[in-house]
Amino acid sequence: MDIVVNMSSGLCLLLGSFLCLSGGIGIIRFPDFYTRMHAVGVTDTLGAGMILIGLMLQNPDSLVIIKLLMILVMTIFISPVASHALAKAAFRNDLVPLSDRNEHKGGTESSNP
Amino acid sequence: MLIAATLAILVVMMMAIIRGFIGPTLYDRILAVNMFGTKTVLLISLLGFVMGRPEFLDIAIVYALINFISIIGVLHFSDSAAFGNDPHDTGSTKKES
Amino acid sequence: MRDLFAVVMMLGIFGLLSASFFVVMDAVDVAFTEASVGAGISTLLMLTAVTLTGRLEDGERHRPMWALVVVFITGGLLIYGTLDMPYFGSADAPIHQHVAPRYIHDSMQETGLPNIVTSVLASYRGFDTFGEVVVIFTAGMGVLALLTMGSRTGIHRVMADSIFYLMHEQHLILRILTKILIPFILLFALYVQFHGDFGPGGGFQAGVIFAAAIILYAMVFGLSTARRVINRTFFKLLSAIGVLLYGGVGVVSLLNGGNFLDYNVLADDPVAGQHLGILLIEFGVGCTVASVMVIIFFNFSGRREFP
Repeated sequence: MDIVVNMSSGLCLLLGSFLCLSGGIGIIRFPDFYTRMHAVGVTDTLGAGMILIGLMLQNPDSLVIIKLLMILVMTIFISPVASHALAKAAFRNDLVPLSDRNEHKGGTESSNP
Repeated sequence: MLIAATLAILVVMMMAIIRGFIGPTLYDRILAVNMFGTKTVLLISLLGFVMGRPEFLDIAIVYALINFISIIGVLHFSDSAAFGNDPHDTGSTKKES
Repeated sequence: MRDLFAVVMMLGIFGLLSASFFVVMDAVDVAFTEASVGAGISTLLMLTAVTLTGRLEDGERHRPMWALVVVFITGGLLIYGTLDMPYFGSADAPIHQHVAPRYIHDSMQETGLPNIVTSVLASYRGFDTFGEVVVIFTAGMGVLALLTMGSRTGIHRVMADSIFYLMHEQHLILRILTKILIPFILLFALYVQFHGDFGPGGGFQAGVIFAAAIILYAMVFGLSTARRVINRTFFKLLSAIGVLLYGGVGVVSLLNGGNFLDYNVLADDPVAGQHLGILLIEFGVGCTVASVMVIIFFNFSGRREFP
């Protein structure tokens, strides 16, 4: 039983680290703001959730688990909403997504604001 | 495994700092700060376990809340009329390209 | 980097980074303060200041080269000076010789608090903390004196209302999440306030978190809505009441026959007196910090609203 819990905790941590790393590579490598935000926004929530679940499995203390659960719930609520608000603000301020028509790096200013 | 996860988080934090420096738009920097904040929450929770001090989790909760508030604040002020409609920070883009 | 907005963003990253550094150094209370003040509130206040002054830096009127040279020389000398200092954590360092052993060995018996940082901050070094609270109060009064605007009603108020209505009409998801989160933030601030005796936390951090919740409300729902909820006269009073509570505890201990801020005489049992005194002054600190932060934010952003 102990081995199973330890194994699953390690697996969750590993998966979470992998997701976080892929988000990090995404924020460096992707061509414009919206794709970068896609990479970060998606992996941030799931990666953080996986790491927190992995930590929860490591510790039998109930107070610690409740605190971790609070952080997990907050991350699940806050992270997507922050991404949503960020994308909305960028779009409203005329940051145009990269498409076939305008192939400049980092998004360009639109001609019709 | 905890150490490996901590190292991975540190690498990702480095990547976020790089993106925060090279920009090029303001929103990239905000995104980098947001990502950095989330990763700090994770780093502090992981460090609490590595060092055997679970009271670090209180700080992680504060971070999760404060991070949200500061991101909302930044977006609020970037929306406001005082800044006009220029999403690009002219200074560093000129240097970069 | 000419864009001050981007500079403030990098400052936020710096705050987060230095707080992680404090966590690694095991200074949990300092990390807590840095988390709430350095990364949270100061970023917001800087941004409000930037909106008042303009976003781009002015052109250079001087050569930064010489200043940089001076900074490098001074920094090099300082680093050279640290070579003479004892190694980090060595047992015979001067800082570990004088008062630190007493704090570590006796604070549990003398104040009855498990968190040494709180007992040092609130009891052994009560004077210093009183000075800090007075400084914060003075800063709030300074902002009030310099930046406060007469309450202009009429067309400006209506215009500001409609601007905020337009701006926030679309933020439906944000508003719902904010409504869910604010009670938790306030509750967590109270937890930090009253748990400071036992774990990391205390009045300064709690006050800042409390103020952050109110500022979040003001940003998402608009300043005029927030003004309807938050009575500004009450907050001005509250900032004074916090300082007065702190000083009053000191005066009461004087009247009871002890020294100023000597909590042993507050109750029959010295440990109970210490506990009561620390609880009261932490509460005073929390009141002052929270109300001063709210006052500063409202005055800064209120100015932008009525140009």
